[in-house]
Amino acid sequence: MAQRYWNEKIEKMELAEMRKLQSERLVAQVKHVWDNVPYYRKKMEEKGVTPDDIKSIDDLHKLPFLSKADLRDSYPYGMLAAPLSDCVRIQSTSGTTGKRVVSFYTQNDVDLWEDCVARAITAAGGTKEDVVQVAYGYGLFTGGAGLHGGSHKVGCLTLPMSSGNTERQIQFMMDLKATILCCTPSYAAYIGETLQEMGYKPEDIPLKAGIFGAEPWTQAMREQIEATLGIKAYDIYGLTETSGPGVAFECEEQSGMHINEDNFIAEIIDPDTGEVLPEGSKGELVFTSITKEAFPLLRYRTRDICILSRGKCSCGRTLVKMTKPMGRSDDMLIIKGVNVFPSQIEEVLIKDFKAAPNYQIVVDRVGTTDTFEIKVEISDDMFSDTIKDISTLEKKIGADIQQILGIRAKISLVEPKSIPRSEGKAVRVIDKRKLV
Amino acid sequence: MTVKQLSVFVENRPGRLSAVTEALASAGINIRAVSIADTKDFGIMRIIVNDTDKAIAALKENGFIASAANVIAVIADDKPGSMASIMKILYNANISVEYMYAAFLNREKGSACLILRVDNNENAVEALKDADCTLISEKELSEI
Ligand SMILES: [Zn+2]
Repeated sequence: MAQRYWNEKIEKMELAEMRKLQSERLVAQVKHVWDNVPYYRKKMEEKGVTPDDIKSIDDLHKLPFLSKADLRDSYPYGMLAAPLSDCVRIQSTSGTTGKRVVSFYTQNDVDLWEDCVARAITAAGGTKEDVVQVAYGYGLFTGGAGLHGGSHKVGCLTLPMSSGNTERQIQFMMDLKATILCCTPSYAAYIGETLQEMGYKPEDIPLKAGIFGAEPWTQAMREQIEATLGIKAYDIYGLTETSGPGVAFECEEQSGMHINEDNFIAEIIDPDTGEVLPEGSKGELVFTSITKEAFPLLRYRTRDICILSRGKCSCGRTLVKMTKPMGRSDDMLIIKGVNVFPSQIEEVLIKDFKAAPNYQIVVDRVGTTDTFEIKVEISDDMFSDTIKDISTLEKKIGADIQQILGIRAKISLVEPKSIPRSEGKAVRVIDKRKLV
Repeated sequence: MTVKQLSVFVENRPGRLSAVTEALASAGINIRAVSIADTKDFGIMRIIVNDTDKAIAALKENGFIASAANVIAVIADDKPGSMASIMKILYNANISVEYMYAAFLNREKGSACLILRVDNNENAVEALKDADCTLISEKELSEI
């Protein structure tokens, strides 16, 4: 495939030039926030920092952090840095009241966001000849709006499907020859499963690529989706707080996501001390939006744990790469005192047991002890007509998971389709301890 | 001479056996024999039907995991000692029985039908035939 870039100048910019651009934009952005966001100005004053102290990207570490709690405190207008009359859009997370993040956009913010997504679509091989099926939810969720806008920008024929109604998704996909599918990875897996059940083989499906994000997924799940749909599956990253999907995107190397550094400065910090860590360290990802007008978050703590690297990428892009988040501190479960990420369990199930990516983790507390159960849908490969074989399999899965996590889980094989399918983000964890 | 047996994975929760049998009934399948092996959380329902392929298709369509295996259907006289003699024939032929159950296949009064899952079908069939036992074939089964 020919190397193609949406914005070659930016995507292949030399580091020194990029840092110069980032510095200029950062200095202006800090001033913009200081002048327009009293909430953040107060935080800066408390730390004894003024815009005069921020002369380049090297001074970024002097600025205070923002966290989800700050967004809660300042809901809904506290972080707004542009007059409401200049705003043209809001998007929001699905969190319940108090946890919900509402983000504002000027027309320029929307344009820059769509430009970022256009880079992602181009990196996945998309051109104006492509038919892009957007099966992310439309509405307040940034998934549908982001990919829709990016697809328009590239000039693709855009199918604004939204999520759900899988039969109709497949009908449009086949009839209108969709070549790029955009949705959550769990919905992509479900669409693949449905196509397989309908008797379609990967080569019958017109898709060539998929751009999947908005929830954590493993390499094993990627391989499974690629095999079922006969595509290359690309990861895309973003948060409502920073605009939406498109903050970072994968190229054909599929080994980490290039961050759109001309719009977002990324840092990795020690989540406990807040100290900035050197390149290559594993830590919490922090973003500073340097081009957003309406909702410019400075040093926003994402809770995502990952590694940044500037190693040379075969695609020719110089943009820094982030690894797939190794787990969000929000997704992490503490079971019997041990940190558990659902992605660790998914990796074992798909890789070692060829399980379809349909599983659910159920945590509860009996007395003072946590109970930990993993429900896994049984597949044809796993089934045997003797109880002994199935029990052995359950024990084997249990042993492998115990080896990875260090704690024992009860493995329950369940009937196919008994775990509810998701058309958006999959419900991987049911933590009944929280209900008490 | 063996017959096909269907095995279906069934979770231990209300309504599941009903769902399996309903799926078979809607496809017009007649159940000839049934047995359930179960644990605390799940069971394996083993069934002999009049049309195995159609039954598997019907179950898969309804989202069940099912597979087929060859088992032996042998006629035993309905009197003391007849089962013991069948077991003895197999034991002498060095065949181990993994499980067995009875079928609703009384072709004539005074006889019963046993379904046997053994470790070696070929040797078991030979031993039973040598001892003049009556076996039921797949074809006969579909005609009963
Ligand atoms: Zn690259």
